[in-house]
Amino acid sequence: MTQGRFELTVGPLLFNWPAERLADFYARIADEAPVDRVVIGESVCSKREPFHTDCTEAAIERLERAGKKVVLASLTLVTLERERRAARAMFAPAEGEDGAREVDIDDLTLLGFVPAGGGFSVGPMVNVYGEATLGFLARHGARRVCLPPELPFASVAVLGRAAAELGVGLELFAYGRMPLAISGRCYHARVHGLSKDSCQFVCEQDPDGLPVRTSDGTDFLAINGVQTLSYKYANLVGDLDRLAGAGVTSLRLSPHSGDFVAVTQAFARAAAGEIAPREALRQVQAAAPEAAFTNGFLFGDCGAAALPAA
Amino acid sequence: MTLELVCPAGTPAALRAAIEAGAHAVYCGFNDETNARNFPGLNFSRAEMADAIGYAHRHDAKVLIAINTFPRAGGLELWTRAVDDAASMQTDAVILADLGLLDYAARTHPALRLHVSVQAAAANADAIGFYARSFGVRRVVLPRVLTVQEIAAINRDIDVETEVFIFGGLCVMAEGRCSLSSYACGNSPNMNGACSPASQVEYREEGGDLVSRLGGFAIDRVKAGAAAPYPTLCKGSFEAGAYRGHVFEDPVSLDAAALIPQLAAAGVTALKIEGRQRSRAYTQAVVRNFRRALDAHAAGRPIAAGELRALTEGQQTTSGAYSKTWR
Repeated sequence: MTQGRFELTVGPLLFNWPAERLADFYARIADEAPVDRVVIGESVCSKREPFHTDCTEAAIERLERAGKKVVLASLTLVTLERERRAARAMFAPAEGEDGAREVDIDDLTLLGFVPAGGGFSVGPMVNVYGEATLGFLARHGARRVCLPPELPFASVAVLGRAAAELGVGLELFAYGRMPLAISGRCYHARVHGLSKDSCQFVCEQDPDGLPVRTSDGTDFLAINGVQTLSYKYANLVGDLDRLAGAGVTSLRLSPHSGDFVAVTQAFARAAAGEIAPREALRQVQAAAPEAAFTNGFLFGDCGAAALPAA
Repeated sequence: MTLELVCPAGTPAALRAAIEAGAHAVYCGFNDETNARNFPGLNFSRAEMADAIGYAHRHDAKVLIAINTFPRAGGLELWTRAVDDAASMQTDAVILADLGLLDYAARTHPALRLHVSVQAAAANADAIGFYARSFGVRRVVLPRVLTVQEIAAINRDIDVETEVFIFGGLCVMAEGRCSLSSYACGNSPNMNGACSPASQVEYREEGGDLVSRLGGFAIDRVKAGAAAPYPTLCKGSFEAGAYRGHVFEDPVSLDAAALIPQLAAAGVTALKIEGRQRSRAYTQAVVRNFRRALDAHAAGRPIAAGELRALTEGQQTTSGAYSKTWR
């Protein structure tokens, strides 16, 4: 289902949604979203995992029946013993299956677990800034690499040429609040006067993260448990010509509340050249009326730079 | 066994001061964007580095060269040249973070001792094992996300050395995996080697308050006339829901001196002091105190409490992630 110039990937859901909401979300993705690939599973906090296991299994089946390629998300920061065991187990085939599903590696810990000849993809929290690292990952079996959101366009263009030579897909984080940092400390717990070990899962209260404002009321960041995100959403739907020219082959769309399926549809239309950039931006804004957008890391002075009017 | 004391040096003078004060090893960088403390007026030219290594070796100290930013796409040569030069100067080790650069160093300079920088955030035995198998690294600087118990467990599972931070500035995020600074002001620690740089800072009086800003974002606010804190992003004061205050971390620095015995028992090889940007006098005082503490520990004497209090005067300190409650 390649959308003209780009493949579309739905990134892992970064937020702690209740199981029913998660099930509904992936049902709609399976049935209605014109995307090629869905990365699914918990990538932020292993404490959330037990609540979603059954529902994630069901969602994977449904997505695969609908013809989507399913890729398993991995934790962004692996420290605990049980996290290490779970990471290793991701590369083992499930009972009765020939091979394991592709894994989206978002922490280099997992690189040591990749079986010989096994393919994997790389998530945006792995530090791929230059062509030597891209080459190293390609030699170890990377099929697709989603670059860190902070890379400027000049770097993307260099990496686009290198990726083409290496036969690796190059993906950009094209929609949604951008992961900016990961910590051992849980900020949701902290601002609620709790500790990580007794967090009461307060992150569940904020389906798109909890906005962080400066003391003069400027929207700045968003916290999501141990993760810190941008307040603004990345939105590259108006930049697809430049990205295609730079060798970008796929776009990662990060799930949010609101009409996310409509976001994927707008990206698909823009990727296929059916709508112009200005109309694509209008459609994405209509699907996420509250969101403020940026493409500042790629094209501006900083990550928070305002999206220029299309 | 005596723990190795690894001390910062932003200038040749600071390096000599640290060694005079008892540093077993000094870490420093070249004066360009290859190192993670790329501040104006800091760091070493090639000639200064060669002299510094000579001085250190004459005084039985080691020099570890940090080349620990991530090479810019299309600009790799600046970083590989830094590794080549470090190798030719007989440095005792290079401290690297980037996979591609580690790969280059291991293939090109098989005799060069490689340390994994804290910027690589290798936070468990599997990640460390991967670096050891792939590149033959000999030491890993652990990210500041681990408890003492977790560090002990890591050391049981690996056969390379570990180095941990003991004193100085404290990253709240997993190091090398944070782009808050480039989101706010465009300068990236990973790419440019500078977090919350002074060039992006301004102090303004606003309605009776002194507001410190980074890239235009208000990071801190005090009553006019009070001392304004430097607007390091993750130590700023913000609002999140009903919460008003230091969302990420209080304006504290790390002081884990009291944990020296536990860290030694956890199998740590080396203790690292942060602060290549600090003055020579500061470096010398901190190093002298820590060397005394390590010698006391090695001789089985108790470590005098509060010796370093004067160095952090007016500042709160924390033992950070080493204690589980910090999380």
